[in-house]
Formats: sequence, structure tokens, C-alpha cells
Amino acid sequence: MTFFAWCVLAAGLGMGLGSVGTGIGQGIAIRSACEGVARNPNASGKILTTMMIGLAMVESLAIYVFVVCMIILFANPFTAQVMELAGK
Amino acid sequence: MTHPFLFLQWLEGQLHTHVGEHVTYTWLVMLILITIAFAVSRGIKMVPGTLQNLMESVISGIEGLLVETMGPKGKAYFPLIATFALFILISNLIGLVPGLYPPTANLNTNAALALTVFAMTHIVGVKEHGFGYLKHFMGPVLALAPLVFVIEIIGHIARPLSLSLRLFGNMYGHEIVLMIFFALVPLFLPIPMMLMGVLVAFIQAFVFTLLAMIYIAGALEEAH
Repeated sequence: MTFFAWCVLAAGLGMGLGSVGTGIGQGIAIRSACEGVARNPNASGKILTTMMIGLAMVESLAIYVFVVCMIILFANPFTAQVMELAGK
Repeated sequence: MTHPFLFLQWLEGQLHTHVGEHVTYTWLVMLILITIAFAVSRGIKMVPGTLQNLMESVISGIEGLLVETMGPKGKAYFPLIATFALFILISNLIGLVPGLYPPTANLNTNAALALTVFAMTHIVGVKEHGFGYLKHFMGPVLALAPLVFVIEIIGHIARPLSLSLRLFGNMYGHEIVLMIFFALVPLFLPIPMMLMGVLVAFIQAFVFTLLAMIYIAGALEEAH
């Protein structure tokens, strides 16, 4: 059963590590957008849409990590094998 | 880990059929869209009423975005793009109604949408350029062509994967976060999350539509 404990640990750790990079990336993007709006408030509409698309792109990295974590937690492909080995 | 009670799934259980919840709720979204389209298009007036005003602003907004992104050539693909936008938006939004489930929170629906975009991209490319479409995959220098070809193929295969997984992860993640918050404090805690869900629904519909437009526009333009 230690296998599943490690799986939970890996999922939690992976989500955390994935969020770190995504957070830094999104922070940089938002900083640049704020600077752009502060310098040229007239362009705020265009900057907002561009930033939103960029944020969605960056966010998809965290989303991939989330999908992998969900696979590890709820749809682990090795569950049957491990249960079989444990049953022996 | 989804909604505790799904209305259409209950109905489907009463009928003893075996249809997944994403299929039944896709039918619901189709029904909503067809009803709205029928109701609006039957009674078009010169001085538009409330519903016609709303739909006109939605359609002209999508059209403006389309022309801005794809140029005048892209207008031929307006029905496809607008269908993607409306379908994904409505699918994302019905997830906020209790008892309903967003079809986009299932990977099968998203894979179908993303593969449609993938197929459409290459059909458009071949239709537009004929055999010369291969130049898109060759890169600027002929000597590097074998290397670039492999990279381009991997990039093209990654497109439907990222398109479908992005939408799926966002909607499914939102569902799970809502359910966890609901289990912790059912009274008021899920409300801010649901407000964020409205934002996520709009942004994801927008991003999917925009990426579909960019991919098709990439197949339309001349190889450099």
C-alpha cells in the first residue's frame, strides 16, 4: 500500500511544483501588462485581451500538471498490477 | 467527483438507456442553441427586439474578432468558428446551474472539438494550396527540411492535445474545486468560486475560438 501513499505524495508535490513556475510566469505577464496600461491607458482594452490569451496559455501548463495529478489519483494505470502483486 | 445530482442522468436512468452524461448534456446544449437560433431567426425585424439585439451583438462581436484575426479571407469559416464559440460558451456556463453538468468537463467532447479543428486546418490547407501545402512543413531552408519536417509534425499533433486538455482541465478542475468547497463549507464559500467560474467559462471559450482561428489562418497564409 506504500505505492498509493507515494502516488498521493507525487500528485501533491507535482501540483505544487507546477504551480510555482506557472505563478512566476503569470506574475511576469501581469506586471508587464500593468506597466503597459500605466504608460498608455488608452491601450488598456487591447492589452487586456492579449494578456488574457497569454495567461490562458501559461495556465495550460498548470492544467496539464493537474490532469496528470488527476490521472495519478483517480485513474492510475498501474492500480490493477499493484493490487495483483499485493494480493500474492 | 462531479455534481451530486444530475437531472438528465436521473431521467436517463429512468429510461434504462446507457448514454454518458456528457452526451445527454451535449444534447441539452444543442437544444438550447437550436431553440434560440430558431426563435431569433423566425422573427427578424428592422427594429430588433431584446433577443434579436443580444444575438446581433454576439454575432457581430465574433465576426469582428474573426476579421481582425484571420483577415477578409477568413469570413468563409465564420459558421464553424461561431458554432465553436457559442457551443463552448453555453456548455461551460450550464455547469454553474445546479443539476446540470458541463459537457466540456469531459475529455471526449473536447477531443471531438479539437480534432475537428485539426482536420479542418489541414483540409483548408490542402484546398487552398494544393500540393504546395507541404511547403508549410518544410521551413525556410531546403537543407534543413528533414529536421524541420519532424518538428512541425510533432507540433501539429500537439495542437489538438493542448486544445482539448486545456479546456478539459479548466472545466473539470473548476468542478472539483467547487465540490471540495461545497463539502467543506456548503453555505457561502462556493459563491466566489462560482463567480470565477463565469470568468473561466468566458475566457476558455474565447481562447479555444481564438486558437482555432489562428490555426486555420496559419493554414490559409502562404508558406514563407
